[in-house]
Amino acid sequence: MSTSPAVPGPAAFLEQMMLIRAFEERSAASFAEGRSPGTCTCVGQEASAVGVVAALREDDLILTNHRSAGHLLARGADPGRLMAEIMGRSTGYCGGKSGTLHVSAKELGVILTSTIVGGELSLAPGVALSLSMKGSDAVVACFFGDGAACEGIFHEALNLAAVWKLPVLFVCENNEWQAFVHRRETMLTENIASRAAGYGIEGRTVDGNDAEAVFAAAAEAVERIRETKTPFLLETKTYRLRGHFEPDDQGYVDKDELATWRARDPIATLRSRLLSSGALTTGEAAAMDRRVAERLDAAFSFAAGSPWPSLDQLTTNVYA
Amino acid sequence: MRTITPYDAIGEALAEEMRRDATVLAFGEGIATKRHDLVAEFGAARVRNTPLAEGIIAGTAAGAAATGLRPVVDLLFAPFLTFSMEEIVNSAGKLRFLSGGQFSFPMVAMAMTGAGWGVGAQHNHNVEAWFVHSPGLKVVMPSTAADFKGLMKSSIRDDNPVLFFLDVALLHTPGEVPDGDHLVPLGKAAIRRPGSDVTLVSYAKTVHGCVAAAETLAAEGISAEVVDLRSLKPWDEEAVLASVRKTGRLVVVHEASRTCGVGAEIAATVAEEAFASLRTPIVRLAGPDAPAASSWVLEQAFVPQADAIAEAARGAVARTLSLATA
Repeated sequence: MSTSPAVPGPAAFLEQMMLIRAFEERSAASFAEGRSPGTCTCVGQEASAVGVVAALREDDLILTNHRSAGHLLARGADPGRLMAEIMGRSTGYCGGKSGTLHVSAKELGVILTSTIVGGELSLAPGVALSLSMKGSDAVVACFFGDGAACEGIFHEALNLAAVWKLPVLFVCENNEWQAFVHRRETMLTENIASRAAGYGIEGRTVDGNDAEAVFAAAAEAVERIRETKTPFLLETKTYRLRGHFEPDDQGYVDKDELATWRARDPIATLRSRLLSSGALTTGEAAAMDRRVAERLDAAFSFAAGSPWPSLDQLTTNVYA
Repeated sequence: MRTITPYDAIGEALAEEMRRDATVLAFGEGIATKRHDLVAEFGAARVRNTPLAEGIIAGTAAGAAATGLRPVVDLLFAPFLTFSMEEIVNSAGKLRFLSGGQFSFPMVAMAMTGAGWGVGAQHNHNVEAWFVHSPGLKVVMPSTAADFKGLMKSSIRDDNPVLFFLDVALLHTPGEVPDGDHLVPLGKAAIRRPGSDVTLVSYAKTVHGCVAAAETLAAEGISAEVVDLRSLKPWDEEAVLASVRKTGRLVVVHEASRTCGVGAEIAATVAEEAFASLRTPIVRLAGPDAPAASSWVLEQAFVPQADAIAEAARGAVARTLSLATA
């Protein structure tokens, strides 16, 4: 059995989140310049990604969705290979076949990304079944949004995982938006986690913009899953600060709501807290900025300089 | 050789493959209830009942298949597959390709269909062509007890998602099954009756109609060759083309509705690849573009029967004669 992950310090969370944010913003800029396809960014949701992923062991598995860059980068994905995938280049994690929407990286334990909203929920119990039938105590973290929580498969997946006692950490990143529809139009309750009780499992809602709080809640949930062999529904309350899919000017978003959540930006909040408490010096913060910029410069030039897939790839990997 | 029903042949196939490979497991709507002998031998972890929730059954199979298990799932009736199209088509069929080959999906999804039980269109709908049209999937639909067993064993051993359609009219009719480790390869047709004047291509219950028609035709001096496709994807182009090149006439027969059915693909391929061998236009004999009714007479009228098959074959042969004398 692998050992539990070390508790990351807040500065480590900050730098990871900065990397994710900068990656997403550069990717959006690259799209605006016509150099890559549009993406579904996770801008605003970085704390949820880094907090949950930090609570996982190396042998735990991750299922993600169309808003996956945060989960992948938090798990240690190479930003160059990730951007190469988005750009459709042969050096990407999936050889350029997945593009931005379905990136899986088996070597990182990030498997079976589905971009069908709720698709990841449909796959998670089976992955957990494999783990438990092998006798492993590893867990599956399945990331989905409040939109997926309104799909029928949400019910089927949580119910089956509960009945079969499967080790799934269901992580609902409740970002208030379901493509172009506000969550308030599609559900009457404020929280998704309260639905856990209907399946006889535990659920919890946590501030999804506080990486340390997310980490603590996820670590506890993962321990509960390993102990009780029962799934757990963790809801991270966060906000999608950019639009659904580039380009999206968010003209439909309430200005006050956006302002409220911008003021709660998980990166700015943590950075200013660490700076004002003295846990981080301005020099160290500047060094982080520099490291992130350097990594992304290298990543984007690697991706842009990578070859396209050969055309015979059109029909390879269809069958095993 | 023993005489057993296809239903029992499937049970034998499951038991043998579960014995052979510890990663094989079976779950679905009532499979642990109906096949208690499997639970007794392999335990409740490997033979499981599920909620009546086809989406998560298929999704769980796909997730398990991608991570080292070989699930066989029972989704009961083919129209219920509409609830699991997402998981079968978008996940099992596409994620190998989209992931650049990082994952494979060795799973089998079983579902019953076809006329015979009077259950009506929400339990009887031959939807096999939907899956033939979806990349990354394989589709089989056997006609004999031996093939039910041999194709199921091969499907379980295949590293791809296989849709396994069970024709209800055949399921409880005993037939001969060879002893031992009986495997039938996917993608290989069987010649059920050799002939030289006309080729009848079919699968599932209408194969038996073709064989009966061929017997009638033989008495009239017309020699019909009956090709049982067995696998619909991949389908055995070589066997069909070889037969048509020999006979020069093709009648394609299936119960599924005509428009964009499997027969359309076979007819088009023969027209492309063996046009010069054809002595008459290809004939398709298929179910109507209508939902299946429950009433026995309407249900039977939906299915191309032996008389109609014989008549179509006679027509094809007569047409050659009239063309030749024109």
